[in-house]
Amino acid sequence: MTEKPVVDYLPARAPPIGTTGLPGFLHKQLFSSVTSTLLTLACLALFALILPPLVHWTLLDATWHGASSADCHEGGACWIFIKARLSQFFYGFYPQDQRWRVNLVFLLIVPAFLLAVVSSRKGLRTFFVLAAMLAMPVISWVTLRGGGFGLSEVPTNQWGGMMLTMVVSSVGILFSLPCGILLALGRTSDMPVIRLIAVVFIEIWRGVPLITILFMASVMLPLFLPPAITVDNLVRALIGVAFFASAYMAEVIRGGLQGLSRGQYEAADSIGLGYWMKMRFIILPQALKTMIPAITNTYVGLFKETTLVSIIGLYDFLGIVHSASQDPAWLGRGMEGYAFCALVYFLICYGMSRASYQVEARFSSERRK
Amino acid sequence: MTAMIKVSRLNKWYGKFQVLKEIDLSVERGERLVICGPSGSGKSTLIRCLNRLEDYQEGSIAINGEVLDGGIRQMRRLRRTVGMVFQHFNLFPHLNIMENLTLGPIWVNKLARAEAEDKARTYLARVGISEQKDKYPGQLSGGQQQRVAIARALCMDCDILLFDEPTSALDPEMIKEVLEVMIELAEDSNITMLCVTHEMGFARQVADRVIFMDRGQIMEIAPPEAFFTRPKHPRAKAFLSRILYNDGREHKTSPPT
Repeated sequence: MTEKPVVDYLPARAPPIGTTGLPGFLHKQLFSSVTSTLLTLACLALFALILPPLVHWTLLDATWHGASSADCHEGGACWIFIKARLSQFFYGFYPQDQRWRVNLVFLLIVPAFLLAVVSSRKGLRTFFVLAAMLAMPVISWVTLRGGGFGLSEVPTNQWGGMMLTMVVSSVGILFSLPCGILLALGRTSDMPVIRLIAVVFIEIWRGVPLITILFMASVMLPLFLPPAITVDNLVRALIGVAFFASAYMAEVIRGGLQGLSRGQYEAADSIGLGYWMKMRFIILPQALKTMIPAITNTYVGLFKETTLVSIIGLYDFLGIVHSASQDPAWLGRGMEGYAFCALVYFLICYGMSRASYQVEARFSSERRK
Repeated sequence: MTAMIKVSRLNKWYGKFQVLKEIDLSVERGERLVICGPSGSGKSTLIRCLNRLEDYQEGSIAINGEVLDGGIRQMRRLRRTVGMVFQHFNLFPHLNIMENLTLGPIWVNKLARAEAEDKARTYLARVGISEQKDKYPGQLSGGQQQRVAIARALCMDCDILLFDEPTSALDPEMIKEVLEVMIELAEDSNITMLCVTHEMGFARQVADRVIFMDRGQIMEIAPPEAFFTRPKHPRAKAFLSRILYNDGREHKTSPPT
């Protein structure tokens, strides 16, 4: 009934010169004020000071070829040491002719893990996750330990290096999530007895340093057990690590449970879902999703903390690098060993972190909120 | 014929504070009740007691003749008969609309997936948002989310539907679409509806009785016309004068004296 109102929209203009692209970045991020200019210059000076010696030591002046410590140049890193000891770093004292078993387990685990993370169909993914979580520990243990299925027995005191680090941390990682979920549910339960048990368990395991737990597992536990029962030293450590990690995980997950609004619980109740269904379909999927960064954080921390097992005489990756650097044949090569160790730990932890971004991204694309 | 809901001498405390006092209420099958009253008067608490989202200390509630005993099995069976629509919708944000609607029917009512999806499509059409079934709650407007929430409750084939201030979290332009769905439901189904709301137009159009609550007590129960034109209780008069004068949509009501 009225005329269409005439609206004059302003045409969009290009942004002012010097606010986008490289000039914009330089201006905004590095030289926006006197202070930031000074800081930029100071940082550049610091780089100039540190980088050249580092590059010289690790790359330019380093020794790459040779057979013994006699071939090492002065003033640079001697990577021959790493090359010579590499297989020991990874396999520990595992018998040479049996190392294919370690490789086999590795070849099984990596695809299982990748498939679990990457596969796009929900059902398929659940299958791979369950397979990785239930079947892999058993298969790995039987393959590595041997003593059946025609495999010769390799006692766990011959396990070491990266392989041992992997065994300890994957046990911690695999067990801590389900156990942590159960403990967190217990702690938030309505039933006082269950809540008490969960609280006591979590607080005790979380309140004691991992070193103490490992000591108790290796030294004190045998004192309490009847002499007829002997539990493998490694197994005791594994149990300690798994419980320790579960207690931490429980608190992380409890944080996720509390972050959900009460409305979600009530809505689930109001359509008649029972406790377990409510947790499975409504509460845990949301709580775990928001907790992915914190869960990854716990995993990365756990992976690095496994180095503590060297305190009870297990030679994990760091432990074996350390002991190799004490070898008279390679005296004074500790620095190369630790640098290599740091690089490997960093690569693995960074890989875990990237994998968690992947999982996070997939969850949010499934939800497209 | 037994009453659909029978509440007798219900008393409830939060700590030492008494939120419900001597509530007596009987609701027939297919009746539509609107519960109103100032905030903090216990109206939400009352309907939340009916599906045991809230516990109570004294009195009894019987749904369809069955007295509630607080047992978990009975509670779960009961919640299949009593649906609820919340103020903040409470859809499941990680599930799409279809999954939101079929979760209960499949896992609680043990329907086959195809059957549950048929039912969901029927109710989505009924609340007018069939085309949104593959979206996620976060992609819908508040009004659409609340209509999904109503469909979710309907998919459970409940006999009683509780509405806890279904329009108070909505932007003004979305209230109408939700009310229209509720009115259509009241007119074309025989679901027993208990609705906590301040939408007096809705109350006039569909309610069989209006319940006025104040400070945990039922002060007045009356047919809507009588309640709006001749409220008996002074608190009800004061309440009506406040909400009717502040609400531009209600000019038809004669001002209470």
